[in-house]
Amino acid sequence: MSAAPKAAIALLILLALVPPAAAAIGDPFLTVIATRMAVFAIAALSLDLILGYGALVSFGHAAYLGLGAYAVAVCARHGITDLFLQMGAAALAAALFAAVSGAVSLRTRGIYFIMITLAFGQMAYFFFVSLSAYGGDDGTALAARSTLFGRAWLENDTAFFYMVLACLALAYGGLDRLVHARFGRVLTGTRESELRMRAIGYRPFRYRLAAYVLSGMICAVAGVLLANQTEYVSPAYMAWTRSGELIVMLLLGGVGTLAGAMAGALVTVGLEELLAGWSEHWRLCFGLILLAVVLWSPAGLTGLLRRLLAGGRR
Amino acid sequence: MANLFLLQLLNGAQFGILLFLVAAGLTLVFGIMDFINLAHGVLYMLGAYLMAMFALETGSFWLGLLLALATTLVVGLVLEWLVFRRLYDRPHLDQVLATFALMLILSEGVKILWGSAPLNVAMPELLSGSIPLAGPLRYPVYRIAIIVAGLATAAGLWWLIARTRAGMLLRAGASNRPMVAALGTDISRLFLLVFALGAMLAGFAGALVSPVLSVDPGMGDSILILTFVVIVIGGVGSVKGAFAGALLVGIVDTVGRIFGPIWLKLVMDPAAATQAGRVLAPMLVYLLMAAVLSWRPNGLFGRPS
Repeated sequence: MSAAPKAAIALLILLALVPPAAAAIGDPFLTVIATRMAVFAIAALSLDLILGYGALVSFGHAAYLGLGAYAVAVCARHGITDLFLQMGAAALAAALFAAVSGAVSLRTRGIYFIMITLAFGQMAYFFFVSLSAYGGDDGTALAARSTLFGRAWLENDTAFFYMVLACLALAYGGLDRLVHARFGRVLTGTRESELRMRAIGYRPFRYRLAAYVLSGMICAVAGVLLANQTEYVSPAYMAWTRSGELIVMLLLGGVGTLAGAMAGALVTVGLEELLAGWSEHWRLCFGLILLAVVLWSPAGLTGLLRRLLAGGRR
Repeated sequence: MANLFLLQLLNGAQFGILLFLVAAGLTLVFGIMDFINLAHGVLYMLGAYLMAMFALETGSFWLGLLLALATTLVVGLVLEWLVFRRLYDRPHLDQVLATFALMLILSEGVKILWGSAPLNVAMPELLSGSIPLAGPLRYPVYRIAIIVAGLATAAGLWWLIARTRAGMLLRAGASNRPMVAALGTDISRLFLLVFALGAMLAGFAGALVSPVLSVDPGMGDSILILTFVVIVIGGVGSVKGAFAGALLVGIVDTVGRIFGPIWLKLVMDPAAATQAGRVLAPMLVYLLMAAVLSWRPNGLFGRPS
């Protein structure tokens, strides 16, 4: 079998070791960075389901991140602070938005699909920008993190990190099973040849829509966690550049491998933190690195790694 | 009310013309090279910044405009030569990623060179002031000049594409690229020219708008997304579609922002109408795009794929 599950498990274990390591060297901020990495890894995984396995390049995926984050703010204001209830609300909202926008977007292909998902993402963005009840453009701070069974366990950064990590492991495990099950095979089939899938009696649209909705729901859960991590909710979470960043994560890690999505999120968040600590103009360096990767290593970092590991064998 | 509507219609047309100038280059690059360029909005922003710099240095609006145009043309040529020609045969995803990277690099570069504070460009003496429109209504000369300049550019572009040999090759390249190459046309030089022309048009739009809007690092982002909406509504690759789409988007956006709340007040109470109008107005063009695409998945003037 492939090396992908091994790589993914290695990444999860590596992440799990961060809090003890942070405690050992006395730098609690490492745990915060690892939490961000894990949150974005969930979002990247959800995008990989449609982009990697369904070849649907969604350029509005950050909208679901934002929907999840706003679900936390809206629920908290109405007295619902339980994390799982908030996740449920976020997933429900994301499913509704994805079902409607997906039904329209999936009628188009290629460049048009990229553009229309971008447009739906912007629609969501502008909706929350003009929503003055929740701070409009500036967003709104959360009073506290979500609770678990009525207790404020997640206020502890380490406990919160392991909660996020558990969600990541669950998302990875679930998606890994899904893409290797019949559903995933059909989705991959529609990516390779829509005509053949039709010929053997499948309706690609249904599978694509189901994948699109599921992907949005998982990303919304990541949004719930992101809002809890920053304890802040703002429309900036759903800016189109954020959607671009999610695609960047995926492409850096390698598309359609799940483990690649996780690796890409880790590397991207890590690189951002590293460069941001080094210079306020970190985006310049980030862009240069990104450009170099695209121009010289088309399969992303995992492709580069694979080529290095394979050596002369292939 | 009718006067206000006329005024907003003119404002919308002016905005639409600007969108067309940016969209024209983007749709040509899309249609002929099948290439997604997320860095196109940055060229618009660059045009405005160069205009601000050159107008200040030379003390003349017109000299500044000329220099800004020449510089964006050169920037377009250099970018094509350095980056874009390596990406034409790559998947769309790689193009998205590379041009996203380029956008980060260029917009951060602009911030390093000129800072993040907004800049202002002085309006030329000749075009300041306003002329009477209807009744007591007056309209700024400069905005009319933008409309005229944009229409003239659109006419020039039409002439170039429909009436010249270069335009013929361009149209041929859009419908069948390998065939044009096989017939002995240097296709990579054609691409270079199209790309540089598109960059210059975007820069022209940025330079034109700089005396009316403040020049800031975020201006490229917002126009880029609207430009995408324009070319998707018009149909990717169609300059005619870009023109129609740009005017439609410009007018719907401008008129919707002013009249949305007014019209909503007719059916709901004022406070709710103001709130709903503020939420709905920025979403209007995206709703328009979704409606057009669900009716015609390839845009108004797009070829069926």
